[in-house]
Amino acid sequence: MNIILNNNPESFDKDEMSISEILVSKNYVFKMLVIKVNDKIIRKNEYETAIVKDGDHVVILHLVSGG
Amino acid sequence: MLEQIKNKIVGIAGCGGLGSNCAIALARIGVGKLIIADFDIVSKSNLNRQYFFINQIGMPKVDALLNNISNVSAEVVVEKHFIKLNQFNIPDIFKNCDIIVEAFDLSVMKQMIIETVMSVMPDKYIVSGSGMAGWGNNNSLKTINYDKLYICGDFISEISETLPPLAPRVGVVANMQANQVLEILMNLK
Repeated sequence: MNIILNNNPESFDKDEMSISEILVSKNYVFKMLVIKVNDKIIRKNEYETAIVKDGDHVVILHLVSGG
Repeated sequence: MLEQIKNKIVGIAGCGGLGSNCAIALARIGVGKLIIADFDIVSKSNLNRQYFFINQIGMPKVDALLNNISNVSAEVVVEKHFIKLNQFNIPDIFKNCDIIVEAFDLSVMKQMIIETVMSVMPDKYIVSGSGMAGWGNNNSLKTINYDKLYICGDFISEISETLPPLAPRVGVVANMQANQVLEILMNLK
């Protein structure tokens, strides 16, 4: 599948993937994330079940403490 | 020159290192109204980066910041909320804002307000800060944008025992946020 991840085109071998699979595949290890798939916020308890398909727009942001 | 920002409203969520410095910058340039919210009290350890003074130690940060804003601008209207922000009170407190500035310290709070604004208040712009601990590395600080969300910082430098938040870098990011707010406001109808 081909998706847009953080404003950049990205290709994966599978036809669809869960958010958890994408995080592993991209080696995103930060613990505090904001994730959006096609304008829908995906919360932590949905990472296993939220499915990303060909053509989806995905934003994965990590946040760190300080201010 | 900045006539069009006189009727604009900006929310400041948190009045620590990011919020106090960002609010002062927005007051100086003449944003019409600031809605400031924080539950904390000024302490001595805040003075290494936050826009407060020794004689304000012990005051609620919203009261101290209101005083300091009124000392740099007689025009700006300030609405203050001495409250801990959460997903339930944010939509009401900031409902009239054109833009909300995320100015928390903890990443879990940053996540909470970004998710709340993007899901419950999708028409609002939010300007956040992430990654500004320590010193140096000027050129690692940048702004990324997704739809109505902007995040300023280096996205890596998290506060720790050995990497404290300090005036120069926190101040740079706070003013990057203010600069982004101004850019958005200047492009609004």
